[in-house]
Amino acid sequence: MAKVIFITKTNDAVEVEGDSGSLMELASANGVAGIDGDCGGVCSCATCHIYLTPDDFKKVGTPDEIESDMLELDDNVTQYSRLCCQIEVSENIDGMTFRVAN
Amino acid sequence: MTSKVTGISEFPDAFAQQRKVTGMGQMDDQNDPVNMILGLKDVRKAAHNCAVFQSGAKPGRIVIPSEVAIRETRQIPFEVDPPQHGGFRELLNPWFKRPLDECYQARLQTIIDETIENAFKAESFDVVSQFALPLQSKALTLLLNTSMDKAQTWIDWGTHVFRSEDSDLDGDKANILYNYIDEQIENAIAIPGDDLYSVLLNSQANGKKLSKEEVKGVMILTFAGGRDTVINAITNSIAYFSENISDLKRIDDEPEILNRAVEELIRYFSPLTQMGRVATQDTSVCEHAIKADTRVSLCWASANRDEKVFKNPNNVDFDRKVNPHISFGFSHHNCLGATHARQILRQLVLSLANKVAQIEAIKADENIEKLGEFSRKVGFNSLHVSFKSK
Repeated sequence: MAKVIFITKTNDAVEVEGDSGSLMELASANGVAGIDGDCGGVCSCATCHIYLTPDDFKKVGTPDEIESDMLELDDNVTQYSRLCCQIEVSENIDGMTFRVAN
Repeated sequence: MTSKVTGISEFPDAFAQQRKVTGMGQMDDQNDPVNMILGLKDVRKAAHNCAVFQSGAKPGRIVIPSEVAIRETRQIPFEVDPPQHGGFRELLNPWFKRPLDECYQARLQTIIDETIENAFKAESFDVVSQFALPLQSKALTLLLNTSMDKAQTWIDWGTHVFRSEDSDLDGDKANILYNYIDEQIENAIAIPGDDLYSVLLNSQANGKKLSKEEVKGVMILTFAGGRDTVINAITNSIAYFSENISDLKRIDDEPEILNRAVEELIRYFSPLTQMGRVATQDTSVCEHAIKADTRVSLCWASANRDEKVFKNPNNVDFDRKVNPHISFGFSHHNCLGATHARQILRQLVLSLANKVAQIEAIKADENIEKLGEFSRKVGFNSLHVSFKSK
């Protein structure tokens, strides 16, 4: 089981928990504003962009080439950006806080 | 007596050779030539660079074939560049996300169920005119939040809003749509309701109330953008499953793959081949000079088969977990109706998987686009099939 917090663009904190699927699916299921996940998680739409803290980014890992290419053309990209459809919900992310990019 | 046709589920990659050799193609279009960008990364970069590759050119010019000769109204937000574009999207996005509501989905399911039931009753039927067109038209009443009886008018227009049998661009036919929208706007002014026309007439974008012309621009886009594309996606999916019924059975057995399957079908079919932009300055793509005030196209169909990005790009693979296709465009101008289109396809494919045991194709007339040096199968003019229920 992982419990995580999303901070939306309007600075609302949304705490959610889950034990499987992708982080995008978890956010969408809990109505986190700014996480649309239009493509359902196949890395086609970039509507699930989040920022991690530097420490959490190290723990979760860097995006692969396809995800990097998607992020590269997002106006709000930073070095700690990820698409949360590509992050699995697991104990590895328990306790993390993510900031929604859009 | 009828005979079964074969090979209809194949949608060859028309651009492979040119994409590998130069990354660019060329076509003429009413004496306004188009440099076609073919590789996925190049298409995405150009789509994102809206300062150099603009959408806000003369109305109709970024469409291929160009609609400059038959349209003066600017389609909104499609033919508007940032930052004004963002103001229109901010207004329109919540309305076009309504397909995610459970109530919307329940009403869509009723339309899909009725369409499939009618198909079972017929000995055989044309998927294009008797299945996809009615389904697309009825579903559009949900997107517009208008009464279902409006759909019959749109069905009666036929499969193409601008095309007739004789011409790719038919001004008289386009005027039927434009005059209809003018009339609906006047009706909404006289008797406001909760339909899209009325909502837009009472809305603001970029700090200004929308004008009648701007409302018309949104409505033309909504009608035209989602017509051939949705019809192609529905028809092509049925063609695919007619020769790959085990894939449909797999979705019934493993509904958790539904989303991946639909995204893969959309990638493979690329229901809209390309969309244009106009260069605002001299520039280059793939070392190919692009002069200011000339057109380029973002060739979604080619990009979606780019072997540098997709493994086995010409195979339909429902296990493709990462699928960065751009069938709904990319960046600022990604498709406003994508949520609606995806919802139709997800619910339709799942319903077919639940209910249909066999699809037999009887007769097919493929729709081949002639694009300069390329010929691309984009869908069907007609596709006669029979459904066998479970």
